[in-house]
Amino acid sequence: MSDRQYAVVGTRPVRHDGADKVTGRALYGADFQAADLLHGCVLRSPHSHARILRIDTSKAMALPGVKAVVTAADFPQGPDRMVDLGDGDVPISYVRGNLLASGKVLYRGHAVAAVAAVSQHIAEEAAGLIEVEYQPLPCVLTAPEAMQEGAPLVHEDLKTKELGQPTDRAGNVAEHLRFAMGDIDAGFAAADVVVEREFRTATVHQGYIEPHAATALWNNDGRVLIWCSTQGAFIVRDVTACVLDIPVSRLKVTPMEIGGGFGGKITVYLEPVAALLSRKCGRPVKLVMTRKDVFEGTGPTPGSFIRVKIGARNDGRITAAQAYLAYEAGANPGSMVVPGAMCIFAAYDIANVAIDCYDVVVNKPSTQAYRAPGATNAAFAAETVVDEIAEKLALDPIEFRLRNAAKEGTRRADGPKYRRIGCVEVLETMKQHPHYNAPLEGPHRGRGVAVGFWFNIGFPSSCNISVNADGTVNLVEGSTDIGGSRTSIAMQAAEVLGIAAEDVNPSVGDTDSIGYTSMTGGSRTTFATGWAAWEAAQDVMRQMKERAAKLWGVDPAAITAETGLFRSGENKLTFRELAARLVETGGPIVGRGAVNPKGAGGSFAGSIVDVEVDPETGKVSILRFTSVQDAGKAIHPSYVEGQMQGGSVQGIGWALNEEYFMSSDGAMLNSSFLDYRMPTALDLPMIDTAIVEVPNPGHPFGVRGVGEANIVPPPAAIANAIYRAAGVRMRRLPMNPPAIMEAIWDQRD
Amino acid sequence: MHNKVHVRTTINGEPREFLCEPRQSLLECLRDVLGLTGAKEGCNDGNCGACTVIMDDRIVASCLVLGVEAEGAAITTIEGISQGSRLHPIQRAFLENAALQCGICTPGFIVAAKALLDREPHPSEERIRTYLANNLCRCTGYDKIVRAVQQAAASEEVVR
Repeated sequence: MSDRQYAVVGTRPVRHDGADKVTGRALYGADFQAADLLHGCVLRSPHSHARILRIDTSKAMALPGVKAVVTAADFPQGPDRMVDLGDGDVPISYVRGNLLASGKVLYRGHAVAAVAAVSQHIAEEAAGLIEVEYQPLPCVLTAPEAMQEGAPLVHEDLKTKELGQPTDRAGNVAEHLRFAMGDIDAGFAAADVVVEREFRTATVHQGYIEPHAATALWNNDGRVLIWCSTQGAFIVRDVTACVLDIPVSRLKVTPMEIGGGFGGKITVYLEPVAALLSRKCGRPVKLVMTRKDVFEGTGPTPGSFIRVKIGARNDGRITAAQAYLAYEAGANPGSMVVPGAMCIFAAYDIANVAIDCYDVVVNKPSTQAYRAPGATNAAFAAETVVDEIAEKLALDPIEFRLRNAAKEGTRRADGPKYRRIGCVEVLETMKQHPHYNAPLEGPHRGRGVAVGFWFNIGFPSSCNISVNADGTVNLVEGSTDIGGSRTSIAMQAAEVLGIAAEDVNPSVGDTDSIGYTSMTGGSRTTFATGWAAWEAAQDVMRQMKERAAKLWGVDPAAITAETGLFRSGENKLTFRELAARLVETGGPIVGRGAVNPKGAGGSFAGSIVDVEVDPETGKVSILRFTSVQDAGKAIHPSYVEGQMQGGSVQGIGWALNEEYFMSSDGAMLNSSFLDYRMPTALDLPMIDTAIVEVPNPGHPFGVRGVGEANIVPPPAAIANAIYRAAGVRMRRLPMNPPAIMEAIWDQRD
Repeated sequence: MHNKVHVRTTINGEPREFLCEPRQSLLECLRDVLGLTGAKEGCNDGNCGACTVIMDDRIVASCLVLGVEAEGAAITTIEGISQGSRLHPIQRAFLENAALQCGICTPGFIVAAKALLDREPHPSEERIRTYLANNLCRCTGYDKIVRAVQQAAASEEVVR
């Protein structure tokens, strides 16, 4: 465990952007204003699957106050090609087609056309005047249905990729992959207990409170200026440039404050459309989604069908594990089933594993990342089967997990061998936690546990640090700040510079002002952009030492610098004193950090939960919840706890209430916050946290990143708790009152 | 086009007049007409609480109030919570407790919490959770928000 003491790292300063955010002064995507600003509205498909026969925009254009209307025909129409927009190759036709539908609409809510007008109300009226003639087609909504012979085809030209190879097979299966090691049949033959179960999980949404918002100005000099709410300003720049077929240098993206993302604001929806509208009318155009647009038109996370089979010996060792995962990608391939498959048994050291996963297109919105994408579905299945086996073997569920826990050197079925990881430490912390050892009394109450894994990623990040004459520094970095990362990045610089966190003034740069930085996602920001800040601060220190050396007439190598004090023999200067002498010693100092770190360390998390099940109504109440996670090193423990609490509560919502409730023809029937029921303050107790610190050897301070793994275990832990409270094994999400009652009645029958 | 209506109101203690279309909500008037963008639109149907303001001593979802209904009313928005350059104890407690992550829901929570503490200076945890159940936060899981309100309630400035 981490025992290194730091001056700044590990403390809890007030965040640098705090005052702006508690006074209402912070400006988010929809808050952007400009002279001559026009307001836009996107017309969306009322059908889940239909051919577009005709679009007539003439009545909309004729409405007074309307300045521009665009459809897919306004995009540059070059031939289809593969493009890498930061996350692997995708056909540009899918990217373009999801911005504005061309030929077919693939889901209800699919954007079809857009209007810019002098007011929001006029834009909405005009959108209603656009005539679209559709030929409705049969739709397909779940992975098992979509995989059947003769199912309606979402993309007529889609051919299944089988184990990495292209095939001629048309269908809705975009890809089938297999991860295997050992001898699965021999593994099951060696087992004393084998449990095989099937699971279904509903489509759920990331549920950020801020709807997507973007403003674009196609300026008279040919430059396109964009102000938007995004997890990645450079991704917006690159995607917009790609679909508009202009060089990235023609675009400048200024990230506004972002009101939540959770993976759902990496994808680009509005910016290229706003840019097309602006090009037509020469004025800035702002597009803001409604909540219904967000539910129906932006990426939820996939619903899934999963089968898990695990075998274990009486001594508590797992001998074999097998899984079949079919995830609903939505309208376009890319359901995150592969990371789900990579994570499903990631917490365990198992010799014989076989995992088959299927990426299946259906007539729902194109799914996107949602906090540890793919892993929560998978853990719900695997961790409830693990619980069932522990019960059959009469072993404590944490003890059973410990006997099989992955550790340094364990090989995962998808290939990699773990470096130093904290799976055992997380389980030990859970086992010793007061919550796990507290008595739980009363009828209809039960306690459950589960663990989960997420990889975390590196990817490029940039940071510049300029030294001010008063001994403070200005830090510019490229990661949009969703949850306090300005501060966790600034703290890492402060630690190196030997100054206070408050003496760093961090800001998020636009794409003209800072080097390329990938998205805020993959639990990478504090890890990778923090590393860039560490490197930029090292660069500042190197230059500061040179200046001190010049003043003292010594070799820079002879100068030491500890906690903000530069020394050489009898000579001493504080960071502040030296900062005041930069002009006389050669001019300003700017440090730069640009990294693409490969040492991301995976993070394990565990949940302990007590529930009470009302046997009359099926309502599940969360009585107590504890989240445990390996942070590597917690830079700002309050915001680490915040990630753990937030992820846990999203997991609770996913477990108990949240779902896309779909009609048989593919309409989402609950596209409002009234009916899509996310947890409120009243639904929850305090969420306890226990931060485990097993330093990541691949980061200067040992950071692993903590944004995601915490959402993975809650649904399984809650299902396991429900079993102990009500005697029913839940194998479907959400576990809402009707589902619980059905399970209780089935058990009585 | 619609004829605009002249509305006279008091916002954050200052008399304000504005013109609005009859169909514009108070939230639109605050944000687009008056430039007070602290109140946020998260749903436009009264279910997220990000647009919460105090109107004549009651908290309202400003997306569900018409601009014309503000005639003669006294309205407090997030921009009117701090006392000059000094943050309100609730605002300080939010910062000290890390009770915000993305911050989009924060204005609504702070306005609602102020309305609660103005009326009930010593609410129980259950009461805080009930009162704030109109406000959705997707980042924090509410733990640190509830603790921030508890800390503010314990501060002498609020108790007076």
